[in-house]
Amino acid sequence: MMKKILKMLATAALGFGLMTGPALASGGEQKNAPDYDFSFEGPFGTFDRAQLQRGWEVFRQVCSSCHSLKYLRFRNLAEPGGPEFTVEQAKAFAAQYEVQDGPNEEGEMFMRPARLSDAFPSPYPNEEAAKAANNGALPPDLSLIVKAREGWYYPWYISPFIKLVKGNGGAEYVRALISGYEEAPHGEEKEGLNYNPYFPGHWIAMPPPLAGEDVEYLDGTPNTIEQEATDVAAFLAWVSMPKMEERKKIGFMTLLYLLVFALLMFMVKHAIWRNVKH
Amino acid sequence: MSGHATYEFKNPVVRWIEERLPIFSVIRGQAIDFPTPRNLNYWWTFGGIAATMLVVQILTGIVLVMHYTPHVSLAFDSVEHIMRDVNYGWLLRWLHANGASFFFIAVYIHMFRGLYYGSYKSPREVLWMIGVIIFIAMMATAFMGYVLPWGQMSYWGAVVITNLFSAFPVVGETIVQWLWGGFSVDNPTLQRFFSLHYLLPFVLAALVFLHIWALHVVGNNNPDGIDVKSEEDTLPFHPYYTMKDLYAILIFFLVYLGFVFYSPWYLGHSINFAPANPLSTPAHIVPEWYFLPQYAMLRAIPDKLGGVLVMFGSLIILLFLPWLDTSKVRSNRYRPLGKIFFWLFVIACLTLGIAGSQPAEGAWLTVARIATAFYFAYFLVILPLLGKIERPKPMPATITEAVLSKH
Repeated sequence: MMKKILKMLATAALGFGLMTGPALASGGEQKNAPDYDFSFEGPFGTFDRAQLQRGWEVFRQVCSSCHSLKYLRFRNLAEPGGPEFTVEQAKAFAAQYEVQDGPNEEGEMFMRPARLSDAFPSPYPNEEAAKAANNGALPPDLSLIVKAREGWYYPWYISPFIKLVKGNGGAEYVRALISGYEEAPHGEEKEGLNYNPYFPGHWIAMPPPLAGEDVEYLDGTPNTIEQEATDVAAFLAWVSMPKMEERKKIGFMTLLYLLVFALLMFMVKHAIWRNVKH
Repeated sequence: MSGHATYEFKNPVVRWIEERLPIFSVIRGQAIDFPTPRNLNYWWTFGGIAATMLVVQILTGIVLVMHYTPHVSLAFDSVEHIMRDVNYGWLLRWLHANGASFFFIAVYIHMFRGLYYGSYKSPREVLWMIGVIIFIAMMATAFMGYVLPWGQMSYWGAVVITNLFSAFPVVGETIVQWLWGGFSVDNPTLQRFFSLHYLLPFVLAALVFLHIWALHVVGNNNPDGIDVKSEEDTLPFHPYYTMKDLYAILIFFLVYLGFVFYSPWYLGHSINFAPANPLSTPAHIVPEWYFLPQYAMLRAIPDKLGGVLVMFGSLIILLFLPWLDTSKVRSNRYRPLGKIFFWLFVIACLTLGIAGSQPAEGAWLTVARIATAFYFAYFLVILPLLGKIERPKPMPATITEAVLSKH
């Protein structure tokens, strides 16, 4: 019900925004990402476990060859409110990666298989190595990417309302960006850069990461480029806000409690003031 | 109003303490029996709400400090540690970040209420001036707090604001280097901001104590702006206003916590989720929403020093308000012209807020300049003149009369 009302408001607000000024949309040269109805949106939205598990596969098989995810620990994969792999599965994932530890008793640093408490290892030892391997461009860490990017820009008089209802569109931005590469406008090709209408300024160093059928989905979901992009965007949304489900759950109970408390206080106030003209 | 009430306490322990430190009679006199005008409306609840927000900020802040690390290479990580690993750390962080915004919402409403009902006029000048100092101190506190997570906007906000001081001739550069603790915004800057961000809230608490003390000497103003003439004009603070304030605080918290739980970063900047990078300037550097009007005034002036003076002047001028407003009538309820200009002033402030969020160019720059001019004209021209030319509406003789005529 709540979600429906919010959606109606969003549609109305969006319609108004589109009517009154797509030409005025600010924020530089950047095409607004198409809205997508992710399962985690709205005050009661939760993550789709199967989708996060698929997104994890996309991330580790595709994205992780260049991007780090330094705030994700393997144990998070088995925690409530996320993809909710079993602890055994999370341990098995961890064991596939090597992390540096040490120094040991001989004073040497050594490599060992990762454990649940380890962070997801970065593909490069440092920023300079990452740049050197990527034509001078630094692939950003993706732990907070969904919160750090915005998917849409609207004129000032409508933007605050759209963003209040629909959020900043970070997940939509990621989804649109990685599946939305286009041919560069004729004669405008740039050496080492790729054309992407969703990227601020349009020219992005990252080559198209997905082509479709990049990963094999074990649950039988068709591995189209849109599906893969959507799944990994949802996964990265979870990594950006791993406590979202707990936050909404506690929030609901807190607001309900406050509402009842406020109602009681209103009655107390009313009773005390009843015989006083004020 | 205040006076030293003498109470007879029955409990022997209370009596024993009371004879040595009259704390019970002070509590009884100031927090329970304190005579308060009977006609206060809900705009009067925002003082208590603001005080509550200060308490929320101090409590959440103290716990956050137990997990936060003020170092350029660790600050951002430690905030993520709070968000991900500390039990309910995400809750503390969002309570504190949104708490700053809602503290400002409460204080801005509280200030506009004082402006509308003339609460700054004799005998409440000192009460008002302490309030202005609280406002300036909380702005400094909020600015330094926003730097602590060491994200992109934290860093670049600190760069822009500290650089303002370089506008002062001769000593400007020296002041800026002294603020930075070096030759750029760096670790010494972060550490001193952290230290001051922890210190200033307690200074604020002391100022709030003085503010309430001054209030209890002269007593509350009220929506009719008429002095209390007899006991029948007042009600004891408890239970009438304690219960009303508590009810208002709960409603305010419903909105505040709605943001905390359902849109916790709506009032912030997305780009601040990217760690500070001195080599990459964000496309638009904008302060938090509560500084946007002042930011618009800063950029409205083509000269840097002029902009800085105008921005600080917009705050300092508030200290002189009690003497700039020449009207004998406090409340705008009885000031037909004062009321119109008050609302124009509110519109000017909101316009400045919007202008501050837009790039300072083209039409927005013109709008910001007009609104800035009006802001200062309101204090320097309109309020001094209005008192001379305005014909106030007839006023009731007492608060009780005003109240009864409504029913």
